[in-house]
Amino acid sequence: MKLIRLTVLVTILSLVATGFAFAGKDLDAVKKKGFVQAGVNGGVFGFGMPDEKGVWKGLDVDTARAVAAAIFGDASKVKFTPLTAQQRFTALQSGEIDLLTRNATRTLSRDTQLGLNFVTVNYYDGQGFMVPKKLGVTSAKQLDGATVCVLPGTTTEQNAADFFRTNNMKMNPVVIESTSELAKTFFAGRCDVLTSDASQLAGTRAVAPNPKDYAILPEIISKEPLAPAVRHGDDQFRDIVDFAVLAMINAEELGITSKNVDEMLKSKDPVIQRFLGVVPGNGAALGLDEKWAYNVVKLVGNYGEVFERNVGVNTTLGIERGLNALWTNGGLMYSPPFK
Amino acid sequence: MQRQLPPNTEVLKPTTPPFWRDEGKRAIVFQVVALLIVVLVSYYLYSNTQANLERQSIATGFGFLDKEASFEIGESVIEYSAADTYTRALLVGALNTLKVSFIGIVLTIIIGTIVGIARLSSNWLISRLSAVYIEVMQNIPVLLQLFFWYAIFYEAFPSPRQALNPFSGLFLCNRGMIFAVPQAHAAHTAMGWTLLLVLVCGWFLNRWGYRRLAETGVPFPALRITLAASILLPLLVWVAYGAPTAMDVPALRGFNFQGGVTVSPEFSALLLGLVIYTSAFVAEIVRAGIQSVGRGQIEAAMAIGLRPSRVLQLVVLPQALRVIIPPLTSQMLNLTKNSSLAIAIGYADFVAVTNTMINQTGQAIEGVALIMLVFLFFSLSTSLFMNWYNKKMALVER
Repeated sequence: MKLIRLTVLVTILSLVATGFAFAGKDLDAVKKKGFVQAGVNGGVFGFGMPDEKGVWKGLDVDTARAVAAAIFGDASKVKFTPLTAQQRFTALQSGEIDLLTRNATRTLSRDTQLGLNFVTVNYYDGQGFMVPKKLGVTSAKQLDGATVCVLPGTTTEQNAADFFRTNNMKMNPVVIESTSELAKTFFAGRCDVLTSDASQLAGTRAVAPNPKDYAILPEIISKEPLAPAVRHGDDQFRDIVDFAVLAMINAEELGITSKNVDEMLKSKDPVIQRFLGVVPGNGAALGLDEKWAYNVVKLVGNYGEVFERNVGVNTTLGIERGLNALWTNGGLMYSPPFK
Repeated sequence: MQRQLPPNTEVLKPTTPPFWRDEGKRAIVFQVVALLIVVLVSYYLYSNTQANLERQSIATGFGFLDKEASFEIGESVIEYSAADTYTRALLVGALNTLKVSFIGIVLTIIIGTIVGIARLSSNWLISRLSAVYIEVMQNIPVLLQLFFWYAIFYEAFPSPRQALNPFSGLFLCNRGMIFAVPQAHAAHTAMGWTLLLVLVCGWFLNRWGYRRLAETGVPFPALRITLAASILLPLLVWVAYGAPTAMDVPALRGFNFQGGVTVSPEFSALLLGLVIYTSAFVAEIVRAGIQSVGRGQIEAAMAIGLRPSRVLQLVVLPQALRVIIPPLTSQMLNLTKNSSLAIAIGYADFVAVTNTMINQTGQAIEGVALIMLVFLFFSLSTSLFMNWYNKKMALVER
């Protein structure tokens, strides 16, 4: 099925030459159809997955909603396309989606060879290992000769192979395309180790028959800056997506939340006034309504709210802010000035 | 003197019709037009894709094939490491596909033939059992069967530390079936060559035996002689080399068994699923083939005093094969193509390896093209061989 879908996408890619005569008009196209078509994961709890009522939930989903809020002033003007790791870039290239928010790692080759532009990182991740506690393994360096279940991903297989090679160890991979099927296989004991991005490991452990039996090893073997991506060719659209993410980060830094944003409109602080569009300028510069940042915060929330709601310590995933804390709290989340 | 025609008489010459009325010429025109359309459409698709990829600055071409693959593959019939190139990784995948397809086809034909003949058995129990097998296996989607077998392998078998050890040298666990093999020795190579020699000689012996049977009517037990020789002669060679008995016995070291030969659960599940599914179809084809041979033929053969095994071998099978071979070919192709479902249960076949490659390089068009090319090659070579065999078996009109 997936192969068929990929083939269809490739065919579309070859057929829609004329469609790209409008390159640079992605924003116009989005405005004309009245919603943003966003590619999301569909199967990773906390990042992109519909809940039991069919409502899309997740950090990446909320990022796409923030873009819709910035453009339309309405966070519901977004439609989601669930994509596999393999389909995602082709779907963006072929124009099936306008925006990709599907925990995709920004790398040099993707940013150049795939015809994409990544924007500001919305989650700093890294690849880790999860083992059953009864194996007695405490460090990834003890994994010589282990059978490794590899969650389908793009850089995952390569990172794991690199780590084992660097440390002069042997590995025996088992690669299964479906995340849930592979998790089942791992929990049944087919593999000694499961490797993927640490956030995904936490998500997989949350659905284990007995989550307490599994430990995530301390080693993080790769840098995985997960960022939304857009097609080459429309810099204005790219800027909007970029600043929609930054607006959430900046709001958290300024102490603006979805709850207090209306009071903040009355703030005397010129930085806040500019940010919320009380003093105009930023909206016009992006080609949006002056209220765009207000809408993002009001309708979606600041980055801290979005993080805690989807993946934070009070959710089943229970992920600490860590690298994803604001720079003022020792993390990497940092927004350029909104002026 | 020539007779003069009256001045106003029409001369009836065989006129050539205009080319649009000439069937032969019209056909040529249609061919040319069709060819032109195909060429134009291909050119349109090609140039569009190229223009698109260029406009979006997506890398193209097969240059990446020489780059380091830098990912590991679970199982391989040739030496492979992450430091090898993509070309080698793809070769590993293609060989894995070939391995499971080849073994699968051989087993499918054997099991399918047995079940198909059993379906026609006069024994009520045997014919019903095979009918149930055929109906059930044909009607469950093959992907579901693969998941089922794979789940049995990883759920039902214990971890390596508690591996089942039914007898010395064989271990069964959720990492697969690990068994001892004789340690490499010069004797084994010599035994292999001896066996090959015996088989070649046996083939010629069989042909000579047939000729003699046709000429004099005296049968010659070529098959039995070959069978005996193929066991005895390699054994003799083995003794001549000093009867080496050293074994490479698997032992649990660290996480897993080291030494011996491992058959992975992924391979076993895929093979089992494909063989059981496809052999149900083959059984029906074999049954149809046998039933197509007229009842009178069998009765006639029995009337001249042939034993039932001879009737099957000399009268029924040669005629049934003509009916069996063409649909059998398409089942063989089905099995090969279905082997690409391997990706669902983690067997590193060609599609799985290519998928990883597409993931890493992002060059989906090249990847999908390679998949199509390789499967086309496998399918066409299978059909080519089977068509040759079919021609050989076809009724020779004299």
